Amino acid sequence: MTIGYYPGCTLKSKAKNLEDSALASLKALGVEAVELPRWNCCGAVFSLSDDDLIHHVAPVRDLIRAKDAGHERLITLCSMCYNTLARANLLMQQDEEKRKTLNLFMEEESDYAGEVQVQHYLDFLRTEVGWDRLASRVVKPLTGLRVAGYYGCTLLRPREVAIEAPDTPTMFNDFLRALGAEAVDFDESTACCSSYQILGSESAALEASARVLRGASVSKVEALATSCPVCEYNLGRRQLDVRTRFNEVNEIPTFYFTQLLAVALGLPLSDLGLKLNEKSSEALLRSRNLIAAA
Amino acid sequence: MTLKVSLKTIRGPLARKVREMSGEDPNVCFQCGLCAGSCPMTGEMEIFTRKVMHMLQLGLADVVITQKMAYLCASCHTCQVRCPRGIDIPKVVEALRLLSLRAGENYLAPESISKERLKEMPQAAVVAGLRKFTG
Repeated sequence: MTIGYYPGCTLKSKAKNLEDSALASLKALGVEAVELPRWNCCGAVFSLSDDDLIHHVAPVRDLIRAKDAGHERLITLCSMCYNTLARANLLMQQDEEKRKTLNLFMEEESDYAGEVQVQHYLDFLRTEVGWDRLASRVVKPLTGLRVAGYYGCTLLRPREVAIEAPDTPTMFNDFLRALGAEAVDFDESTACCSSYQILGSESAALEASARVLRGASVSKVEALATSCPVCEYNLGRRQLDVRTRFNEVNEIPTFYFTQLLAVALGLPLSDLGLKLNEKSSEALLRSRNLIAAA
Repeated sequence: MTLKVSLKTIRGPLARKVREMSGEDPNVCFQCGLCAGSCPMTGEMEIFTRKVMHMLQLGLADVVITQKMAYLCASCHTCQVRCPRGIDIPKVVEALRLLSLRAGENYLAPESISKERLKEMPQAAVVAGLRKFTG
């Protein structure tokens, strides 16, 4: 099976570990992800103002590239790219006036009316592989590891592009159980880590991240799994800053969910890209004998 | 702060502009406060979401756009999925933020981000932040 794939900017550098582990895992599962021959930054956030159409051009152009490449479906990994592309796609399906304007603006491109389906990788695993089949492919179960999926915002909100019900999501738990892990629920798994506010209001942003990490600490979470490079930055890379400033926050290694997938599928260390995670992530996997000792 | 409320401001062009840009009508809000109670940044806001909606009902868009509030929103959409009146509050906030940016200076000077941070931050955060904080 082949599927169209949109990587987004961050996955080619800061979050190469997300891309590498995800593509290697798909390959192991018999799926070939075909990167769009041409693509541009999606803009990271969906334009929310009715008089700000110009910011829809970038994500719509990516969707046109997918259509022109013959893809009926486009999968994404980064939660922010997913949200922006899925919302832009919905706009092109539902808003006739804006669709006309955007198509006219990009008259050198093919006309587009939302023909491509935008799907997040996690949802693709659910619909095309299935949790039982995924479980049957696991060679290194994450037995006994208490992992919590961290949804954050953009996989679940707004409702019209949510990968499942925003208030009662189960997809991460189903995924983690298929990998043999002990899936842990915690209230803040759908709370905001502060996202791009780390640029604008650093101390408030770290406080929002502290609330998430504190909730995970109370629930004795040993590892957090996410699909968003900004969440991973706030909760992982900046975790030492959070723990220095706020109490009751344990050290919790963070992973992209696809890294845990690659581990469970028994893929080589070179596919995990753990050097881009904090040191505690690799150390945790080694201590549980999930990857070979150094 | 002295606030002057009149039919003139309630029906004024700025209040109308906020409605046009957001496609939302603040008058639908019945002030339950679930938005402010759900917002991860409420603690940082002098005037938080419920109050913003009330001030917009009173036609005080000119006061609201001078507040830092719109720049503290992380567009997490928690308020939107929980609003019992179905108001897309992030769209209202976006309108206020854009009106502020179009009228004045950038909220964040790109050159103020340290090179060290730029080197480590994911592109998605930098692009999103500069989209929201600069005009």
